[in-house]
Amino acid sequence: MTATARLPYPTTPGPLHATLLAGTVPLFLGALISDIAYFQTYQSQWSNFAAWLLAGAELFCGLTLLFALVNLVRAQPKRGRPVLYFLLLLVTWILGLINSFEHAKDAWAVMPAGLVLSVIAAPLACIATWLGLTNLRTGGAQ
Amino acid sequence: MRHSSALTALSMAFLLSACNGEGDSTQAHGPDPKLPTPERGLLPTMKIAEPAAWGDQKPSVPEGYTITAIATDLKIPRQTLILPNGDILVAEGKGGTEAALKPKDVIASLVKARGTTPVKGGNRLTLLRDADGDGTYEVKTVFADNLNAPYGLAYGNGHVYVANQDSLVRFDYPDGQTKASGPPTKITDLPGQVNHHWTKSLAISPDGRFLYVGIGSNSNITERGMEVEIDRARVWEVDAQTGAHRAYATGLRNPTALRIQPGTGKLWAVANERDELGPDLVPDYLTSVKDGAFYGWPYSYWGQNVDPRAQPQNPAKVAEAIKPDYSLGSHVAALGVDFSQASMGEKFAQGAFVGEHGSWNRENPVGYKVVFVPFSNGQPSGEPVDFATGFRGTDGKTRGRPVGVTVDPKGALIIADDLSNTVWRVTRNK
Repeated sequence: MTATARLPYPTTPGPLHATLLAGTVPLFLGALISDIAYFQTYQSQWSNFAAWLLAGAELFCGLTLLFALVNLVRAQPKRGRPVLYFLLLLVTWILGLINSFEHAKDAWAVMPAGLVLSVIAAPLACIATWLGLTNLRTGGAQ
Repeated sequence: MRHSSALTALSMAFLLSACNGEGDSTQAHGPDPKLPTPERGLLPTMKIAEPAAWGDQKPSVPEGYTITAIATDLKIPRQTLILPNGDILVAEGKGGTEAALKPKDVIASLVKARGTTPVKGGNRLTLLRDADGDGTYEVKTVFADNLNAPYGLAYGNGHVYVANQDSLVRFDYPDGQTKASGPPTKITDLPGQVNHHWTKSLAISPDGRFLYVGIGSNSNITERGMEVEIDRARVWEVDAQTGAHRAYATGLRNPTALRIQPGTGKLWAVANERDELGPDLVPDYLTSVKDGAFYGWPYSYWGQNVDPRAQPQNPAKVAEAIKPDYSLGSHVAALGVDFSQASMGEKFAQGAFVGEHGSWNRENPVGYKVVFVPFSNGQPSGEPVDFATGFRGTDGKTRGRPVGVTVDPKGALIIADDLSNTVWRVTRNK
């Protein structure tokens, strides 16, 4: 613990970073649930909800990605968790971007790709959040 | 970690592949167009031709014909009507009250707005008069205002009928009048909710008993929900006396202009078909409108070609769908039609003129012109012929966008242009 206190950087995200990171979870999850609802009911309002939730998720995820990049640059050593955290967020963000374009299609053209991408992206956001909130560093106190 | 990188690379490749242009593609015209396989990249194609002023330029017309601007500085002219004394009524306005439902709607509306006039719609009818017959319309006066996005116009029974975006109304019209004597009388309400496609086209039966109203769908392909599609994508037959209506034909996605064919008395329409199935789908069309027929929207297009985007599907309706008569080409956005007369000259006597507003979602823009579809034995025959072109210049700039076309019995074609806010008149050289 004394070693940790001497580190030039914290090992968990600050309040803004944490808020943005954690915010991706309900947004991606909300998009997934809306997609499932559309898939089951054909009610296009669910697809509209999913599109906006995804837009929000992409905003939050994109900003978090910047924090993750800064963290990666400042991390010593540059392996393990900081890299994994950054790449997880990057993949989540890219999948979310493709999914946003999918959701810009009209009516049932969103399906099934939109639902499939939501099914993949939502757990990735959860894992990235869990990783990020637990520890941003590899090796702990050094 | 290596797996993540591979996935990232894969995603990038997927994204980039969606950006490829579709290259050259052909437009199929006529009764039996070749329909390619539907395609939709990750990113939709949007190509807005940049607006520019006409300056000294004019649209090009065939040799032996002259085009003149007979009215300028209008407030979004859409359709025109020739009155019995030769006066011209111009419907001016812009409708639609739809809200953005998806992030896409916000972006698309910003892009599309770049290709339209910044002028506010007039919500009025302007009357143009050439009293001495010299081709100069020296009178330009407001016939009626305080209308609600008027579009379809018809004359009969001593009345001028106007299709607003939410109601069908009539004015008493004694010959020679230049200003309506009062506010119009409402015949019936028209479906006006959302109004994704707001234009209500209009035609009157030869005996003046019925009015035909074209009502467009409330979406591209049901993405605003089926609830808002009640009484949409169809042609109503309205009793001119009572206002009672019935669905005359259904499944026409956006019937933007209606006309009665001289001689046969048959109702014809131009209609705009659905988007986002590729640059060469689905053809906009010119067709006779058959009583009781279903033309496919939203379940299928051009007969039995199923559109899986409309869910739940309806195989019974697909089986019922009939093919339209004549393909004008995909995305040309036909907004005007009128049948020609002998006074237009031998070459253009038998057939129909079609005003094509022009595409916004095609890599190589199409439309932006007025074409002539030759007819023989009362049916379209042969390829469409260019009649007025140059609305979109070879420099890629757009100077005008044709909407309504009306044949003046005196031997002229009246073209409403809603980008340069001009009414053009094409005449034969004497």
